[in-house]
Amino acid sequence: MKPEELETKAAAEREKQAKFVATIACCASAGCQLPGTLTTTTDFFKQKVKEAGAADKVRVVPTGCMGLCSKGPIARVQTAGQPDQLFVELNADLGGKMVADYVKPVAEKAAPKPDAELAKHILPASDPFFAKQTKVVLKNMETLNAESLDDYILAGGYQAVRKALTRMTPEQVVAEIKASGLRGRGGAGFSTGLKWELTAKVKGDVKYVICNADEGDPGAFMDRGVLEGDPHAVLEGMIIGAYAMNSTNGILYIRAEYPLAVERVERAIRAAKAAGLLGKGILGTAFNFDCEVRLGAGAFVCGEETALIASCEGKRGTPRPRPPYPATKGVWDKPTCINNVETLANIAPIITRGAEWFAAMGTEKSKGTKVFALTGKVKNNGLVEVPMGTPIKTIVYDIGGGTANGRKVKAIQTGGPSGGMIPAQYFDTPVSYEHLQQLGSIMGSGGMIVLDEDDSIVDLTRFYLEFTVDESCGKCAPCRIGGRQLLTIVDKIAKGDGTRKDIETAKKICRAMQRASLCGLGQTAPNPVLSALKYFMHEFEARLKDGKAAPAPASVTK
Amino acid sequence: MASAIINGMPVEITPGETILEAAKKLSVKIPVLCKHPDLDATAACGICVVKIKATGRTLRACCTPIDSGMDIVTEDAELVQVRREVLELIMSKHPNECVTCARNQNCELQTLCADFDIRHMELPSLVPDIAKDTSNGTIELDPRKCVTCGRCVQVCQEKQNVWALSFLDRGIDTRIAPAGDISMAESPCVSCGQCSAHCPTGAIVECDETQKVWDKLIDPDVVCVAQIAPAVRVALGEAFGFAPGTNVTGKIYASFRRMGFKAVFDTNYGADVTIMEEGTEFVERFAHGKGALPLITSCCPAWVDFMEKYHNDMIPHFSSCKSPHEMVGALTKTYWAEREKIDPKKIFVLSVMPCTAKKWEVRRSADMSSSGYQDVDVSITTRELARMIKQAGIDFATIPEAQPDHLLGAYTGAGTIFGATGGVMEAAIRSALFLITGKNAANPNFEFTRGLKGIKTGSMQVAGKEVRIAVAHGLGNVETVLDEIRKAKAEGKEPPWHFVEVMACPGGCVGGGGQPYGVTDELRLKRAKGLYQEDGATLWRCSHDNPYVQQLYKEYLGKPLSEKSHHLLHTHYVQRPTYRR
Repeated sequence: MKPEELETKAAAEREKQAKFVATIACCASAGCQLPGTLTTTTDFFKQKVKEAGAADKVRVVPTGCMGLCSKGPIARVQTAGQPDQLFVELNADLGGKMVADYVKPVAEKAAPKPDAELAKHILPASDPFFAKQTKVVLKNMETLNAESLDDYILAGGYQAVRKALTRMTPEQVVAEIKASGLRGRGGAGFSTGLKWELTAKVKGDVKYVICNADEGDPGAFMDRGVLEGDPHAVLEGMIIGAYAMNSTNGILYIRAEYPLAVERVERAIRAAKAAGLLGKGILGTAFNFDCEVRLGAGAFVCGEETALIASCEGKRGTPRPRPPYPATKGVWDKPTCINNVETLANIAPIITRGAEWFAAMGTEKSKGTKVFALTGKVKNNGLVEVPMGTPIKTIVYDIGGGTANGRKVKAIQTGGPSGGMIPAQYFDTPVSYEHLQQLGSIMGSGGMIVLDEDDSIVDLTRFYLEFTVDESCGKCAPCRIGGRQLLTIVDKIAKGDGTRKDIETAKKICRAMQRASLCGLGQTAPNPVLSALKYFMHEFEARLKDGKAAPAPASVTK
Repeated sequence: MASAIINGMPVEITPGETILEAAKKLSVKIPVLCKHPDLDATAACGICVVKIKATGRTLRACCTPIDSGMDIVTEDAELVQVRREVLELIMSKHPNECVTCARNQNCELQTLCADFDIRHMELPSLVPDIAKDTSNGTIELDPRKCVTCGRCVQVCQEKQNVWALSFLDRGIDTRIAPAGDISMAESPCVSCGQCSAHCPTGAIVECDETQKVWDKLIDPDVVCVAQIAPAVRVALGEAFGFAPGTNVTGKIYASFRRMGFKAVFDTNYGADVTIMEEGTEFVERFAHGKGALPLITSCCPAWVDFMEKYHNDMIPHFSSCKSPHEMVGALTKTYWAEREKIDPKKIFVLSVMPCTAKKWEVRRSADMSSSGYQDVDVSITTRELARMIKQAGIDFATIPEAQPDHLLGAYTGAGTIFGATGGVMEAAIRSALFLITGKNAANPNFEFTRGLKGIKTGSMQVAGKEVRIAVAHGLGNVETVLDEIRKAKAEGKEPPWHFVEVMACPGGCVGGGGQPYGVTDELRLKRAKGLYQEDGATLWRCSHDNPYVQQLYKEYLGKPLSEKSHHLLHTHYVQRPTYRR
């Protein structure tokens, strides 16, 4: 494909779509399966549209996650010249009504006639859930046909690849990403530009670019959303990264528990290859890059980059010491750059709109936006994207709508099993790598779980610890044995058999794990325990055999 | 030169050097558990944590390269405490059975616990209930004592290329076992014992057979005979405070006599006989075109087992010679028994070997009972002999040296160097030269066969013809050699070598799986040096010059490769399944 053909393709797609009066964009994620149907949501609506005789006027497209998972299943009806309408909490009956009483009339240029019941299921796009967000990574999620390369191109897709390959040198690409201040969204927050620069500098006949899609934190589904809803955006990021680092081989390491993501990515790779956007001579340039999908077998630790490399090579997924870093010795000992899904999805927008635009969002040290999987007791749970620096309270109360049950919010938990608790009195804190760390938690990959006053911190701590103990690869002693002993203690406390001495022992084990574990999993596994002890010691003390319930610190009870 | 700082002291560093290595140069001993000098760091234990002074960030000394300008703290109150906590964690999953453990007083974990004052076991015990695997009768696996350092897996897979051991399960359930959770006997294990030589604890040890020996020694109807392998004499002393490489042959003979052995022989004698047989075999193949070239040595049982399991296309190349201790065993129960008029049924032959695979070899096939009885009854390791000597109340340090029985005990320098990699080859060259040219070499030292390089090659002119030889040690080095042979064969070319020596263990028998613990290249070299020193000092440097060997052929066997030789001293090879399940 020649660069100009992107316009030709976009024009053809535009013309094709112009024939339709309306579009039903339906979330095709597993969570949005319509109750009472056996087919996919997309097929359901296609059938209904056909039955209504509107197949030539109404387009039905499968999209990614629209974000508001708690109100799913969701469909979005788009009509030219009119604001989009979101139909939420659908089921088969309501879906049928939506087509019959709303979509069909609209398609026939008549006034829609939703009855009172259906009207209750229409959510205006001005809802604060949407209005308070800034979407960069998730920008295409609600509207893009996730299975169509042409639709992606029409939405401006592959223009960033074109710009990078035809108008920028690899060094300029690296410089642009560095200037943007983009940091790794997998959790560690290492500068993406610097990582690229390091890998670019390493000499090697073959270099690998790997997309880490082994998202594994409990309650986190940011990356799944992006892969399902906008797979080409990730591929674009990989192609640009490969160009910047002179890499020819790419691997998307996707956990096997994400079948729809795998399907969509594989479809996207096939389409991109067929269109000459992957493979030899991309967009008519001399640049070659190809990529393949590898499936993770379900071990959480394989999100750690050296374990991921071992797993890619077909070996037991355990971390190894660094250095050598993957940049010098990665998969099959070749220089390798591993970036997270969300990181890669930020690349094309940065190249298209410039580092300055990106760096204008966020805090001094954390630029751009961040996607969170907002879950727990919050009213609106789902995927949300906000500029870095947005106060926690905006996310929890404005976007999330507070608790669904009217109880008071007690805390949030961020960073998953490597993160910690943040009590409600700190909700003015802006979300950024540095601010969350100051509070003893971490940004992590973007899990944010809202706890209300009924939730037990002891039990939640136990839950996270159980997770990391279960997921410890077993290679190094501090994590393998320390985690289990720590869990035994927390278990004992949860059951009411703990003593003050147990808390002291727990702290010692935490230190040994933090200081002596080989990889991030073991080093951070004590974090939920330590932050819980820091902010909610009284909840632990209340369960001790020999401990009087110390009065909670005033700051926590306010 | 680049430099860094450790504990406030400047240290010159070389590229790629780890913090651990750099610290050693300053006499700073950072404690380690999982790291073994033979193996790449796996960073599995967390004991060797050190700090970057400025940030307090912890690093692992075993695997972190020291960079120019680094300022490292290896010891402070917190690090000591963290190490102690990690040890306490490790001990909470380790049975508190030191007193009954084969590694008692010789255990790296026990030593660390003593050093770090681990005197309380406050954490609940997480020791799993997993049975020992004693299935292969040579080495036994006790997963409960395993600290999951991974040394055995590394040595089995990477150094030895055997792939018998692997990690199973994960997290707290991680354990060492053959892949697929089959037994050791069903696995490709060749009993080389390198896992046991590298294990820091008692998780993998030799199967102890000392009681069988004591039982025979107190039986008045049994005539007990002992022999020691070449490499045992330069290693056993380590168990009694002698420097590695000290030759304690005479003290071992004396100990045997004190214990009640009626005759004391030496496997070195068998090595001389092996050279007569194998050297002749080589001449037959090389000079007379009778048989495939290269000829490959067969005296290492782990190598024989490995070949039969993984490389059985090489069977035609194998020397049919039994290993030296088997030869001595067979000759003891025939030649010696006849001379001494002892019913061979009553003879018990003990061989003391640096090796765990010999325990398997004594039962390897019917050929190992060529005398009509099992030729060698029990084979114990150097480590087991050390314990027997202690049990026998022998003050090994002061016991005066004794002589062996010369008939099957006198040996040449060629026989003694069998214990080091390249030694069999060097001994064979000495005799092959004589067999072809009728003259001994002016200089019997063939230096290119010596040293620890994984694959050593060389060539020489013998009666106008070039003889090319190769020596490989450590099973991981074998495939390269065999592949070249195969390649030449497939292309119809001359074989790359005419004679190939293979020893399963790195360094050859001096680094055997049954030798005293703590093996490193430094130690292997010291032990080998002890053997070469003895070789240099002997009256006879060539096997064919051994008058007792000459007597054997004159009185009993006739000549090398005679029918009687074939019956007593040679064996057959078969294809064996790699996995038995």
